[in-house]
Amino acid sequence: MAGLHKSEFPNPVINWIDTRMPIFTMMQKEYGSFPTPRNFNYFWNFGALAMINLMIMIITGIFLAMNYTPNTELAFDSVQRIMRDVNYGWLLRYVHQNGASMFFIVTYIHIFRGLYYGSYKYPRELLWMIGVVILLVMMATAFMGYVLPWGQMSYWGATVITNLFSAIPLVGDSIVTWLWGGFSVSNPTLNRFFSLHYLLPFVLVGVVFLHVVALHITGSNNPLGIDVKSPQDTLPFHPYYTMKDSVGMCVYLIVFALLVFFAPNLLGDPNNFIPANPLQTPADIVPEWYFLPFYAILRSVPNKLGGVILMFGAIAVLFVLPWLDTSPVRSCKFRPIYRWLVLLLVLSMVVLGMVGAHHPEGIWVVLGRLATAYYFAHFLVILPILGKLERPMPLPESISKPVLGGGPIPGAIPAKPMEKA
Amino acid sequence: MAESAVAASAVPKRDFLKLVTGAAAAVGVGAIAWPLIDSMNPSRDVLALSSTEVDLTPIPVGSAITVVWRGKPIFVRHRSAEEIKEAQDVALSALIDPQADSARVIKGHDEWLVVIGICTHLGCIPLGNKPTDPRGEWGGWFCPCHGSQYDTSGRVRHGPAPANLGLPPYAFSTDTKVKIG
Repeated sequence: MAGLHKSEFPNPVINWIDTRMPIFTMMQKEYGSFPTPRNFNYFWNFGALAMINLMIMIITGIFLAMNYTPNTELAFDSVQRIMRDVNYGWLLRYVHQNGASMFFIVTYIHIFRGLYYGSYKYPRELLWMIGVVILLVMMATAFMGYVLPWGQMSYWGATVITNLFSAIPLVGDSIVTWLWGGFSVSNPTLNRFFSLHYLLPFVLVGVVFLHVVALHITGSNNPLGIDVKSPQDTLPFHPYYTMKDSVGMCVYLIVFALLVFFAPNLLGDPNNFIPANPLQTPADIVPEWYFLPFYAILRSVPNKLGGVILMFGAIAVLFVLPWLDTSPVRSCKFRPIYRWLVLLLVLSMVVLGMVGAHHPEGIWVVLGRLATAYYFAHFLVILPILGKLERPMPLPESISKPVLGGGPIPGAIPAKPMEKA
Repeated sequence: MAESAVAASAVPKRDFLKLVTGAAAAVGVGAIAWPLIDSMNPSRDVLALSSTEVDLTPIPVGSAITVVWRGKPIFVRHRSAEEIKEAQDVALSALIDPQADSARVIKGHDEWLVVIGICTHLGCIPLGNKPTDPRGEWGGWFCPCHGSQYDTSGRVRHGPAPANLGLPPYAFSTDTKVKIG
């Protein structure tokens, strides 16, 4: 009959299903034989790691929600009960809490990979933009999750961040009241944050799906940044990259386990062990480490609205990055000047992170402003101009050429015959 | 005939129907969305105007107390004569958010300053109720979050806060009692 899929799977049950709904054929095509550039380095692990991390967060989160109470009177104690009384509650919570940090570590490295190897350039602009949406949704989810334990830093973090919207002229105050459902961060706020914190990860799953769809249309970028030209340039995803991703996953899980089992509170704030008190602001309000650079940008501007605009602008500028970079060469391997500037951008983010953790006084104000200036200059001034001035190094003919022959392999060491032990 | 008039009109019937259907759908979406959006606004129990009575007698000169009104902290400060003079003598041109001291207190009760104790920058609670607290250069309040400073009239004197501390509605029921709200 027309429309039925001709399945090639020998197993009769799989064949029967696949004929009517070819999901096995699709999985085989997208994750089995999917042609993937043969020259990936370990930076290409981090997309898969982020996906695993999202799954870990959703699974631990579902079980945490079974014991959490979103009420200002009970939230703090319910979290303490999870830590002390619920079987393995401490494990679920520490995995979830540190999982958020791991998620941002993995995602930030994933973004750096995209920046360094030009993965945002034609034809992957949309793929990149969907990625920026993922980052935004992640940030919103992480922020609301941090409010749920209802400690001092939860409460005051929520107060400061929701107050950012009061900078909007005319309607700002009404928007903040609407966000709160009251006249301060209070029980309605906690309830809606819990509801949205449960919802957004599933939105994230949807957007990640689109991210992967876009990736599988354009194909992956690679460390050389040149297009795949022939089947010799690729390897099937399985078993080559399923294996390579597994190696990366083991390292990732080791780091994750070190955090969870040996330093579960390393990245937390001691103030969050104090129940929220709406009448007393802690001496230092500091966001979680992954928000520090953006918090530093906010504080570097001595004007409320200006600070808020720059902070959101720091993310918004990523949306238009594909059009700001005028260089036709993707990989920094072949961009002798930009290679250093992209590292300078990372340095400016690290400096901003340190600035965000300190009181805005003395040297920290100056450093914060310098790093903020560089961050924006990098995207808005340097990238558009540099693409026209920089002379890229010659690109290799193809991905496979240096590997499969056509001349001596540069820098290769002849293999020694194996000795008997 | 009517039919030929419709056919000849500038907007063909099909386009007209599309527009009307689209408009009806848009109104429908709005009608469904509004209850959802409005459900996030403060509910009636939150809105129910609660008022707070404050007894002023235990507040020593130079100190302030914090009372809660609508979930917000309210500072009630007993100002000294110097503090009042300082607040009144400032030239309005020297202020970030110009407002005379007389507009911020009730006439005849100059020693009592009642303000909403929430920094107008990002909502932290400024320090300075106790004389031993850091009060900033202008002797009012100092916000520990981002360093904003307020004077003895609760007016912002040093950024990043853009506006003076807010004023709640209040009235003196007797000389030693205020009703906030």
